Order: sequence, then C-alpha cells, then structure tokens
Amino acid sequence: MANKKMAIIATKGTLDMAYPPFILGSTAAALGYDVQIFFTFYGLQLLRKDLSSVMISPLANPAMPMPVPMPVMVQMLPGMESMATMMMKQKLKKHGVASLEELRDLCLEADVKFVACQMTVDLFEFDKSEFIDNIEYGGAATFMSFAGDTDICLFV
Amino acid sequence: MNFDKEFNARGLSCPLPIVKTKKALVDMTSGQVLKVISTDAGSLKDMAAFAEQTGNPLLSTVEENGEYVFYVKKK
Repeated sequence: MANKKMAIIATKGTLDMAYPPFILGSTAAALGYDVQIFFTFYGLQLLRKDLSSVMISPLANPAMPMPVPMPVMVQMLPGMESMATMMMKQKLKKHGVASLEELRDLCLEADVKFVACQMTVDLFEFDKSEFIDNIEYGGAATFMSFAGDTDICLFV
Repeated sequence: MNFDKEFNARGLSCPLPIVKTKKALVDMTSGQVLKVISTDAGSLKDMAAFAEQTGNPLLSTVEENGEYVFYVKKK
C-alpha cells in the first residue's frame, strides 16, 4: 500500500507560527507519511541556516500569555521583541519543547521535503546561500503536483 | 515485562516522545520490545495513536508516579 501523504504551506515567519509545520511534519513522517512543506512569503525565514532572526512579538498579539499585563505603549519600546523572544525560548526549553532547529533537523532526517517558493525568493531578493541545503525551489504548480494527491493538506 | 531496548523520554514534550520512539524502533528487529518512559501526559493518547497508525502493537501502558511507561513491539 502506498504511504499516506501530507502537504503543508508555511507562510509565517514568527517563532510561534514556525512550530506547527515542523511539529506536524516530523510527526507525520514518524507515522509513515510522505511529507512536503512549501515555504512561501514569511515562511521562507524558516529555511535560513541561522534561525536567530525568527522572533515572537507581544505587539498585536493580544492572545499571548504575559507574566504581567503590558500596555501596548510598553510593548513598542526597543528591545521588547528580543526580550519576549528570549523569554519564550526559555519557556519552551523548560517544558522540554524542542528548538526549531532540532525539529527542522528531525524533519530532514525523516525525509520531509522542503520546497521554497521561487517567486518569494525573487520578490524579497533573498540570498539562496543563506538557506539550508537540501531544499528545492518551485512555484504553485510544483506544490499542486504533490498536494493534489494528499490525504492531509494544511495552510499555516 | 521483558524488553530489548529502553528509551528515556522524560522531560520531552510533543512531538519528541513520538518522533524519537519512531527513531528508536528503526534499528530494532521485528518482534523486539521497546520500553518508553515519558512524563508528557499527552503521550498517553499519542503513543496509542502512533501504535495504531504504524502497526507496531502497544503491548502495555502503565501510569505511575506521574510517569507513563509504554511497551511497544516492533512489527
């Protein structure tokens, strides 16, 4: 019997939204799925060799639990984004949640295929040498050729 | 219960207990038993779902002192 398939479109480049594609991708692969993740727009940030620029902001993110209530005016101050990111990473680590790097490596190890959107690379004038190796470049039609035959297809 | 290999997943959160259980099974042979110890409450349902979807039978699940012990047989 052919393996089940899952396709994900990853469009966000913030720390919180980076997790679902890698968690679901690595898990589906562990369950025997063939998995492909298509990274487009801000999702392309998740393919950088260096993921330190992937951050989280409490600004315009009212659902984010904060240790103390923080007015929007305070959230705007310089350094707040770095601080929120540092605190979130500490929290993730304390709870035994894998880092993005580790989850991404687990995906690659399990043969999850990463496809980067060529149009976005051109649009934002990204330097391909800043991305990890072992990724393919393609467009919407490339995605459809895999997604059209999947059991699960998600947009993140 | 007898087992051939043990995987200590204490302190790991979703999806690591499952993804790494899968990795631990890779170099085992059919019929061997893997013991997994997890502290992640979510793994209680996830391990059963993993076993069902991959066809590796979950022989036993024991919950004691906030730890979950699973015995997974490699198919």
